[in-house]
Amino acid sequence: MADGPVAEVVLQRLEAADGGLDSAELAAELGVEHQTVVGAVKSLQALGEIIEAELRSTKRWELTAEGEEIAREGSHEARVFRSVPPEGLPQSELMRLPSGKVGFSKAMSNKWIRVDKSAADGPRVFRVVDSVEDEVQRRLQLVQGGRAEKLGEKERSELRKRKLLTEVTLKTYWVSKGSAFSTSISKQETELSPEMISSGSWRDRPFKPYNFSAHGVLPDSGHLHPLLKVRTQFRQIFLEMGFTEMPTDNYIESSFWNFDALFQPQQHPARDQHDTFFLRDPAQAQQLPMDYVHRVKRTHSQGGYGSQGYKYNWKLDEARKNLLRTHTTSASARALYRLAQKKPFTAAKYFSIDRVFRNETLDATHLAEFHQIEGVVADHGLTLGHLMGVLREFFTKLGITQLRFKPTYNPYTEPSMEVFSYHQGLKKWVEVGNSGIFRPEMLLPMGLPENVSVIAWGLSLERPTMIKYGINNIRELVGHKVNLQMVYDSPLCRLDAERGPPSTQEAA
Amino acid sequence: MPTVSLKRDLLFRALGRTYTDEEFDELCFEFGLELDEITSEKEIISKEQGNEKAQGASDVVLYKIDVPANRYDLLCLEGLVRGLQVFKERIKAPMYKRVMPNGEIQKLIITEETAKIRPYAVAAVLRNIKFTKDRYDSFIELQEKLHQNICRKRALVAIGTHDLDTLSGPFTYTAKKPSDIKFKPLNKTKEYTACELMNIYKTDNHLKHYLHIIENKPLYPVIYDSNGVVLSMPPVINGNHSKITVNTRNIFIECTGTDFTKAKIVLDIIVTTFSEYCENQFTVEAAEVVFPNGKLHTFPELAYRKEMVRADLINKKVGIRETPENLAKLLTRMCLKSEVIGDGNQIEIEIPPTRADIIHACDIIEDAAIAYGYNNIQMTLPKTYTIANQFPLNKLTELLRHDMAAAGFTEALTFALCSQEDIADKLGLHISATKAVLISNPKTAEFQVARTTLLPGLLKTIAANRKMPLPLKLFEISDIVIQDSSRDVGARNYRHLCAVYYNKNPGFEIIHGLLDRIMQLLDVPPGEKKGGYVIKASEGPAFFPGRCAEIFARGQSIGKLGVLHPDVITKFELTMPCSCVEINIEPFL
Repeated sequence: MADGPVAEVVLQRLEAADGGLDSAELAAELGVEHQTVVGAVKSLQALGEIIEAELRSTKRWELTAEGEEIAREGSHEARVFRSVPPEGLPQSELMRLPSGKVGFSKAMSNKWIRVDKSAADGPRVFRVVDSVEDEVQRRLQLVQGGRAEKLGEKERSELRKRKLLTEVTLKTYWVSKGSAFSTSISKQETELSPEMISSGSWRDRPFKPYNFSAHGVLPDSGHLHPLLKVRTQFRQIFLEMGFTEMPTDNYIESSFWNFDALFQPQQHPARDQHDTFFLRDPAQAQQLPMDYVHRVKRTHSQGGYGSQGYKYNWKLDEARKNLLRTHTTSASARALYRLAQKKPFTAAKYFSIDRVFRNETLDATHLAEFHQIEGVVADHGLTLGHLMGVLREFFTKLGITQLRFKPTYNPYTEPSMEVFSYHQGLKKWVEVGNSGIFRPEMLLPMGLPENVSVIAWGLSLERPTMIKYGINNIRELVGHKVNLQMVYDSPLCRLDAERGPPSTQEAA
Repeated sequence: MPTVSLKRDLLFRALGRTYTDEEFDELCFEFGLELDEITSEKEIISKEQGNEKAQGASDVVLYKIDVPANRYDLLCLEGLVRGLQVFKERIKAPMYKRVMPNGEIQKLIITEETAKIRPYAVAAVLRNIKFTKDRYDSFIELQEKLHQNICRKRALVAIGTHDLDTLSGPFTYTAKKPSDIKFKPLNKTKEYTACELMNIYKTDNHLKHYLHIIENKPLYPVIYDSNGVVLSMPPVINGNHSKITVNTRNIFIECTGTDFTKAKIVLDIIVTTFSEYCENQFTVEAAEVVFPNGKLHTFPELAYRKEMVRADLINKKVGIRETPENLAKLLTRMCLKSEVIGDGNQIEIEIPPTRADIIHACDIIEDAAIAYGYNNIQMTLPKTYTIANQFPLNKLTELLRHDMAAAGFTEALTFALCSQEDIADKLGLHISATKAVLISNPKTAEFQVARTTLLPGLLKTIAANRKMPLPLKLFEISDIVIQDSSRDVGARNYRHLCAVYYNKNPGFEIIHGLLDRIMQLLDVPPGEKKGGYVIKASEGPAFFPGRCAEIFARGQSIGKLGVLHPDVITKFELTMPCSCVEINIEPFL
């Protein structure tokens, strides 16, 4: 904390000071380590607005250890000179002195000494001058005295080259009075405690201010998966619109319910091994509603119910082949078949959101399994205009209001329409779903009355979710490679509260 | 959906006017087509193989147009232009006529050997046709599009077109042993036996896809003329002898296949589309086909069929109020020549041979709606009054999911398909013990089975997130699939709840506590008595010995909890202890 003699001194000096103080100067004045003053400044800073401290960095020349020695005892060359008596000294003896080697050559080049190589007992060194000025020592003493500026640039760099001087950067604080400056500091409380509340001492205590720009601590919690949050919203929308949820808890389906019941011919490309996962075990569906199967067979191979049919040899074995359902429309077909068995006919609105499987080439937006959203309305006298009206209400709930409809071809709906919405971001119309009126060749063999129409539409769950959460690769959203941090961080799903309309697309 | 690539300028010349890209896109949208891409040969090559390869390629603007999968009549420039011109009322739909030749009729005799491999054949002649390079290219391209779509990659139907002037009928369609078939195939200079050809074409990027259709059959289909010249060995290759060129004037067309209806449709589409270039426009010369039973059929059928639809039915199904006369006019714009007859409410519609997609009144109604303009239809809400119900299993799942998250567990969403290894080997089980359904045609091991437990998915999720701070607490409530012979398809889903705790310590007490919490949420009291739940020491290959218990609730076993076996942890590439619980939630419905 900020108590302690140095902090108090800082405050006292600051009160007397005009403008502010430099931490290094203050340390020098007080004869304490600079770090001690810095510590005091920092602890005062933590108290709030008592002082202000601005970090400054200054450059300064300092002596190296060798430089200090020279400032004290003279340069090597001066020391050599002083050790040569008037009668001279054998060179070998001189070289043994501590400063001998460096000092000899410098003193020689300064022409302070000379060597007589003809002396009887080997080379001998003699003084050339009587006295010398030790410039190096004098300059270093100037630096030591804090007057380095008195030296020229050239002189300083020469000393630095001799490793006697070094330039250091000093970080100091310029300390000035803060808005709540006071010389008397008392310890600030960090938090309110039960004791303070019971004793009432909180009334007299100052509290350390909070830093409101810091982040809070996130709560420990579990998180729901973003795709399933979107699923919840779609369920909610259907329920708000009065649609009943169909059972879809059967991933394994027979080709009959997945294709034949939907009047999808047995040579249809979707029934290829390339597009559909077939089962090895159990390979065949053993139970099929045979009466209905015969009506379906007749419709495919010969026509009927006003249809020409496809006129091909329909095979029961092909219909028995088990597969992983390629769309939830197989579940819709089962639901409509059940509805057809109830007499008299009652209107129905159905929906489902569940997994479907495609044996397709995988890429950034296509996986072997995805979720399909499907809505179905069965009633007397439904029109294409009704389908469009229901779609408008449905998409409005998703925050999508600009719609247009394009004719398209689906094997089991006629008329069929693709739903496009204008995407503000992409500045173009993008497909958001597919829809149509189920073909009579699908509905009449089920036993539904002739004047009952069934309108239906579908879209994928993944596509709108990827757009909503800004995900480009579907693997980052679905499956085990998902980044849990993304799950932790994902916001609530409020489809109608988007800034721009979210775009959705049928994963074809 | 097939995509047709057309030269823009050629298209506009045929349409008799130019469009901006936007205008043409709009026209397509209205008609049910999609202008998918505007590009050029140069751009395509440069995109696929780099700029260098694209040097010198054509930069003629191409429109790539998506055509509905059932509109075979729109698969080339000629058909598409005709459709659009009639739609825009610039021309009337032509009447296609089958005519008898001046001389002898061309005959194709089918022998009974074809019965087992490719029993059907139809034929026709385009007489005095005049090709240009563009027309010729379009003729070839249409065959290719038909082969890829309605012909199901030549499996159902294969088309052969021949220069009739190089041949002499009658023709024989038969089937022979591959070693007995020898001819010079298209664009080769030498004769090969069928066996040799099958070998040669194994490395041919285009033809290799069609070999499987006949490859393992004892006899191969083949068509000869009266001099023994091979016209074609369908569905693989034509002979070089009768090859057509830009200068060919008389074309003999044969379609062989396994689907008679589709063979007839394909022939109709080709001859109607290109009879435009015959000296007698829109006429097609008949050919006779003699079936093995001796019956004689004349092709092309070019059948015009009459349908009767009441105007008020169209209005009622679409949700519009148009006069019968207007509706007839709308239909006529869709190449369905229509007129009001009888009591003034009946519309008689003539279905031309180009519109094989019209098989029911609903197809006619759709065309009326398209011509009316989908976006001109008034949107209305049906008065259907219904009370919504949730599927009980999903309702329970939704409720539980939220409380699992409230209990501090994070929801995972893992794949329903996985490898055998994931559900068996890695958990110390043999695949036969899992009762899993097996997929027959997975492209990779990731899709061998439907999962029988949610645990592997959660462990893989942890493995992919080992960098996340510990502990990791995950759950998933989703379906698993088990074989069940009492179900119609022999398998059924079960809704499972699985949770895992992954940390430096096993945390069995945490998973146990979670189970207690789940039971509390489901209003199942602890204890042996009826309606309660207990856990009893158990074992399982996935669990550490002595650290596994079976969960009994409402009188039945619903799952297990425990500390995972170190072998399981290692096999899923994890390093920390882990405990888990997995239960079936269906007993709590």
